[in-house]
Amino acid sequence: MNSKKEKIIKLIFTVLAFASLLFLLGIIIVLFKESFSIFKNINVFDFVFGRHWYPTYEPAEYGILPLIVASFWVTLGAMFVCIPLGLGSALYINELASFKQKQILKPIIEILAGIPSIVYGFFGMLIVAPFLQNLFNIPTGLCAFTASLVLGVMAIPTVASLSEDALSFVPKSFKEASYALGANRWQTLVKVIIPASISGISTSIILGMSRIVGETMTVLMVSGGSAIIPKSIFDPVRPMTSTIAAEMGESAVGSQHYHALFAIGLILFLITLIFNVVAEHISKKYRVKLGLNR
Amino acid sequence: MSTNNDRVKIKASNINFYYGQTHAIKNLSIDIHDNKVTAFIGPSGCGKSTFLRMLNKMNDLVPNTRADGSLLFDGQNILERNIDVVGVRKKVGMVFQKPNPFPKTIFQNIAYGLEVNGVKDKEFIRKRVEDSLKKAALWEEVKSRLHTSALMLSGGQQQRLCIARCLAVEPKVILFDEPCASLDPISTNKIEELILELKNFYTIVIVTHNMQQAARVSDYTAFMYLGELIEFDKTSTIFTVPKQPKTEEYLSGKFG
Repeated sequence: MNSKKEKIIKLIFTVLAFASLLFLLGIIIVLFKESFSIFKNINVFDFVFGRHWYPTYEPAEYGILPLIVASFWVTLGAMFVCIPLGLGSALYINELASFKQKQILKPIIEILAGIPSIVYGFFGMLIVAPFLQNLFNIPTGLCAFTASLVLGVMAIPTVASLSEDALSFVPKSFKEASYALGANRWQTLVKVIIPASISGISTSIILGMSRIVGETMTVLMVSGGSAIIPKSIFDPVRPMTSTIAAEMGESAVGSQHYHALFAIGLILFLITLIFNVVAEHISKKYRVKLGLNR
Repeated sequence: MSTNNDRVKIKASNINFYYGQTHAIKNLSIDIHDNKVTAFIGPSGCGKSTFLRMLNKMNDLVPNTRADGSLLFDGQNILERNIDVVGVRKKVGMVFQKPNPFPKTIFQNIAYGLEVNGVKDKEFIRKRVEDSLKKAALWEEVKSRLHTSALMLSGGQQQRLCIARCLAVEPKVILFDEPCASLDPISTNKIEELILELKNFYTIVIVTHNMQQAARVSDYTAFMYLGELIEFDKTSTIFTVPKQPKTEEYLSGKFG
């Protein structure tokens, strides 16, 4: 009786454990299947490097370079916001903050992570964009710069909390050894703690990037939505994610446009997959380096 | 309690130490002599490691602690608030319980202490690395692989590397916090020989759980129990004719 019950429980957990694998497979299969037919009419090179995205014109043009460039610039810009702020917070929390400050700062960063992206979008659209429009005297505040700023803030929690973890994984004994040799706090931080956690820190940055590249709702609201290769950071842009979100509803199921959107999704998936694999690889190397695998 | 003759390097008077509400060291007074090995023995939690870590201000890293009394190092009270902590740590080196080399190369591990103290001369550093490794009896084993990771060394080698790293900054005093606790007997033997060698040049304080080790390496032994210094005397005296019944009980293995 008991062993039968145990077997059933084991089976249930096995199924649950493999469920995410199943979902992943399902998503990959659908992405490939649905995006494949666009490449019967357009070759991959023209699709990726085509400079014109006119899916509703006659004849339609499906070149996603403007979308890729938009995603690239917005992500790059956001990195300039989230790396200094995220790393700065992590270092402060780990090294300088008193116990009390830590108790306050860590939850605040977690809350920042919990804010729904639509709220960030709202904030960006109604407060940040008009402010920047006035400040820089530009035709519209909804542009790559605004998107970078808002996305950068959104990614702070990822960078801050993961790199704080990496810093706190550095064994206390390293710090003690350094202090015992007459090093001061700053030297210990720069020469021992950061080098020992550099892989964890890079992982946090890559995962932050991955989050920014894949973010949809916020960019849809603040990036301006124009599918033209931007000439400056103050041009409105249309990154890959917001293109899919904006156009999926209006494209006829099974049409070329529909398949082209799936193909964009596939490319996005591959980009974030690469980020994640790289991050995983780095963090594994870091464990070996610290001797945690022994 | 004090013993005559030798020059006193560290003079502790009426030391108290608290972790929050816990009174970890109670009114401890002791003289630590130059060029001698002083061992602290006693059961776990008796405050011996805490005292050791007071000598190089390591307890400053632990929040919510406080100390009073006077702890004179070459005549200067290092418990005073405005003391140059980094300066004290340069003069008082420490070897920890578990070998803790940095995840850097063997060379970098030893050069580290020099670099943080502002030494730039490459040739000087190279020479000092070699000298320190020789003094720590590790040079022959590692000279062909100075630029490989220190983490590839065995536990005993890592501990001797930590000793070399400590010697490189030329301290006056070296603290050993149960340096052989995680080592095999052969490595332990090597470290003990090294300690006997080093006492000709440095003042050495060692905390150990191993009574035989204290008997083998030390000139003076302090027995602590529940935060108090019960007895302090020449090692030969403590191990043969202890004055306090508590000391005798501990040494004969009745508790601890």
